[in-house]
Amino acid sequence: MQALSELVQQAASEIEATSDLIALDAVRVTYLGKKGLLTARLKDLSKLSAEDRPAAGQEINKAKKAVQESLNTRRDALQSNALAQKLIADAVDVTLPGRGLSMGGRHPVSRAAVRIEKIFRDAGFGIRTGPEIEDDFHNFTALNIPENHPARAMHDTFYFPGGNLLRTHTSPVQIRSMVKEGVPIRIIAPGRVYRCDSDQTHTPMFTQVEGLVIDRGVSFANLKAVLHQFVENFFERKAKLRFRASYFPFTEPSAEVDVEWEEGKWLEILGCGMVHPNVLTNAGIDPEEFTGYAFGMGVERLAMLRYGVKDLRTFFENDLRFLRQFN
Amino acid sequence: MKFSEKWLREWVNPALDMDELAHRLTMIGHEVDAVEPQGLGLDGVVVGEVLAVKKHPDADRLSVCQVSTGSGDAVEVVCGAPNVVAGMKSPFAPAGTRLPNGMKLRKSKIRGVVSNGMLCSAVEIGLGDESDGIVELPQDATVGQPLAEFLDLPDNSIDLDLTPNRGDCFSVLGIARDVSAVTGTAMKDPSVAPVKASIKDEHPVELVLPEGCPRFAARIIRNINASAESPVWMKERLRRSGLRAIHPVVDVTNYVMLELGQPLHAYDLGLVRGPIRPRMAKDGEKVTLLDEREVELRNNTLVITDDSGPIGLAGIMGGLSTAVSDKTSDVFFEAAFWPPAFMAGVARQYALHTDASLRFERGVDPAGQARAIERATELLLDIAGGAAGPLSDHVVAEHLPKNAPLELRKSRLAKVLGTEIEASRVSEILSGLGLEIEASDSGWQAQIPSFRFDIDVEDALVEEVARIYGYDEIPEQTAIAETPLATATETTIDLDLIANTLVARDYQEVITYSFIDEKLNTLIAGEPSELVLSNPISTEMSVMRSSIWPGLIEAAATNVARQQDRVRLFEIGKTFHGKLDAPVEIVRVAGLALGGVVPEQWGSSAQAVDFFDIKSDLIALLGMTGINSRFNFVATEHPALQPGQAANIVRDDAVVGVIGKLHPEVARAFDLNKDVLVFELDAGKSFASTVPNASSVSKFPTIRRDIAVIVDDKITAADLLGARQSAAHELVKSVRIFDVYKGPGIEAGLKSVALGLILQETSRTLTDVDADATMAVVVRKLQQDFAAVLRDKN
Repeated sequence: MQALSELVQQAASEIEATSDLIALDAVRVTYLGKKGLLTARLKDLSKLSAEDRPAAGQEINKAKKAVQESLNTRRDALQSNALAQKLIADAVDVTLPGRGLSMGGRHPVSRAAVRIEKIFRDAGFGIRTGPEIEDDFHNFTALNIPENHPARAMHDTFYFPGGNLLRTHTSPVQIRSMVKEGVPIRIIAPGRVYRCDSDQTHTPMFTQVEGLVIDRGVSFANLKAVLHQFVENFFERKAKLRFRASYFPFTEPSAEVDVEWEEGKWLEILGCGMVHPNVLTNAGIDPEEFTGYAFGMGVERLAMLRYGVKDLRTFFENDLRFLRQFN
Repeated sequence: MKFSEKWLREWVNPALDMDELAHRLTMIGHEVDAVEPQGLGLDGVVVGEVLAVKKHPDADRLSVCQVSTGSGDAVEVVCGAPNVVAGMKSPFAPAGTRLPNGMKLRKSKIRGVVSNGMLCSAVEIGLGDESDGIVELPQDATVGQPLAEFLDLPDNSIDLDLTPNRGDCFSVLGIARDVSAVTGTAMKDPSVAPVKASIKDEHPVELVLPEGCPRFAARIIRNINASAESPVWMKERLRRSGLRAIHPVVDVTNYVMLELGQPLHAYDLGLVRGPIRPRMAKDGEKVTLLDEREVELRNNTLVITDDSGPIGLAGIMGGLSTAVSDKTSDVFFEAAFWPPAFMAGVARQYALHTDASLRFERGVDPAGQARAIERATELLLDIAGGAAGPLSDHVVAEHLPKNAPLELRKSRLAKVLGTEIEASRVSEILSGLGLEIEASDSGWQAQIPSFRFDIDVEDALVEEVARIYGYDEIPEQTAIAETPLATATETTIDLDLIANTLVARDYQEVITYSFIDEKLNTLIAGEPSELVLSNPISTEMSVMRSSIWPGLIEAAATNVARQQDRVRLFEIGKTFHGKLDAPVEIVRVAGLALGGVVPEQWGSSAQAVDFFDIKSDLIALLGMTGINSRFNFVATEHPALQPGQAANIVRDDAVVGVIGKLHPEVARAFDLNKDVLVFELDAGKSFASTVPNASSVSKFPTIRRDIAVIVDDKITAADLLGARQSAAHELVKSVRIFDVYKGPGIEAGLKSVALGLILQETSRTLTDVDADATMAVVVRKLQQDFAAVLRDKN
């Protein structure tokens, strides 16, 4: 009869030779199965004398344990090997594109408007809107632009039969907000405005943001500060501004604001001024007690500067190849 | 307003170069649009005299001229100009001169004759845009004198973009006044010495409408030299100010207008019939204007009349019947004051815009008429001789505008500007601008001069002070104000969030016009809108949109035409409804999708977007309200949508939006031949949301039971899902449809719908017995309500 150690040795080499779990199980059955070689040895114990039996039994159990351990080790190795193989087979080309929806995008004018709104909202300005089909009173008269005022001719107004019009600026929202909410007030009013003018540098519809602050002791010096801070925040850089005297019927004094875009090159970016006392009076506010400032800016203009857009009209052509540059 | 720098400097000459002067003008509110250099590069060009002209031996159109250059012998020059004659004086550029256009002249042989230079046209020396020959200089020009010196060059043409409140600055005088105030440089005295009358003739003027014409200054000048020419200096100043010399009388009126701001009109007195009467026109009266256009008058228009009827549009343009011509010998000058209120918008209604109307609309100094007549008389007598009658200054004083005195308080000045300006500086500024002031401890009492129409409130004085003091000199000051916290509402979904959600779902935002083509609007909306503009840019932009869809569809079509095969767009904006006198504006969110559900990609087969793809996008938006279950999609008919693929989105019984597939014929109207899916939501009604109210989550497991039922094809998913609600079985937490099948195995007209029910109890673990009992109730309900037949499991 073969020595136990040899049997163990033989089992070990057979185990080592297996290449998959099925073969490994066959080896297990050969040695440890019901009719296995080592199982048979245990059955043979009964043939031994009582005093020899425990020692022999121990030996056989040791051998069984050794074989079982070899089996376990081999099984682990085979399993991890199989997993490794599977993983290799599962490898992907990580450079292939992802799947599913792509991302859309905001329109550059909205993108700029959102930015403007955020800057002012963070500074405590409320956001207001108003109708786009306006009446003459709110668009002109209440803003100190009486009938026959030369400034009316400059507005290139779209009219409807019966006298209503498309607002030429967001300034009517000033009036509506002052009347509705009273003072103190600190708001901006973004929205679409319309002028009957269409060429390379004008579109008949564009976007404005109006600002209005009225309180006790509000001054031109405050207006200068807030606009300077706005411009630096919007463009995220230090900026030199100049306030030029100008004329709007609803502000006095009035100014246009230029930013020094490159050395010595000034670009006009917005109009502003101290709210005209007649406008305050029209809104039922005492101009002796309250003063305020107002400003208005063209969002397309700011978006053009911010994003390097050369032609205003491209904003309204809605060519996806243009729009996707802002996504 | 365009004018010559030298002309301005004759009136006020600060020690500033052109750039600095332009900067100062811009900063005080007169934005410099352009500075065009005049007469640069004339080195070497002199006044030449043509001594003799003979034909070129070898060329029909060329002449050979002997030209005196003032020094040395006459030089021989070949000239191609048709107007060259012996005795004329003309700019001469000798060989070696570099002309303003960069051309360097060489001594050269032209068809065998040596030419030693060139007699020059206006274009060649940069003094004009057109020419029909060489420049003819006046006979008194000194031969040999440098041309630049003779023409008072170089100079600059300054073009200002004036604001409408400063009518007074449409003149060299007005600009000089502001420049004087801002630089502290004294200006020329604007008064003009009266010209003595040498004849007694006056022409009758009757101010029958004094409120429309409170002042009419006039003068007769007889026997002018009809062949006189305006002097070079005047022609040059006019040219540098953007006006062409026409006729000495017209040139004089233009010159005085540019200089003093008062438009004048000159009549051929011999053609005027009877007294001059300015009055309102009668509707339908006609007058032929200087530009030979006949206009039919409206009764809001001031006209000048004589016995023949209207002979001119007051303050706009004179009439042809009394126009000055080469034959005119007796001139009648008019310098009137036409009040802005009578002038506003009148020229425009005749499609006219003249130098005169521009000034009268903004306001001309009501004290300047006589001065203008004196200046014009002085100039015309100089140029064309003649005998002047007396100045007749017809005036109805009570109808002249009068500026009320104003007070400027120191406290107001400091309050509005947020800075203190020294009182002496303020006084200096106000007097510099021509205001008569009286200073006191509290401020200034100011008399506003007649030429200013814009200083009517105290804050206008604040502006004047700030403007001249310099806005840049006012320090910035960050305001520290109390800012009460504003309400951040949670009961409506922010449109920004809606936009960003659509972006995340692969929609690109666009901005389309609010006014669109009327036909397209009606095609989509199904009915015409009242809101049609009176003066649209074009018919394609004439009606306020009733829907955002036409804009989106057009944008999609444009992009498809540009080879984009997958287009997904959205816009948030207003649509316009209601009546002309009661328009209604609704903020809407609209979307469009065409092409693949996903961009073309590997590993997934191309599938075109359909109703349910965009429905899921809508559900995502509406879900943000937290009450998705209250929105229902109800099949509907819509003029723009394909029958059977259109639904109203209903919230609590109100329609808040529409979704569907564009009708193929509508799509074709936009040149689209793909399936186009669209939706549009009323933002206000759709996105009102509720604040979430949390309930506790069950700790017990759910049981899922699936059933398949066969029902009539007309039974909708909403019907079946609704049954669960009416079955009111509280254990059913949710139901999903996981399959809908029609085809072999199912009788025609029927369909099989597979439902998955999720059951759960909040207080205990459900048993199979519970689940079976619940399912029995549900099945019975389906059988009762929809004659549903439970489909065999196999």
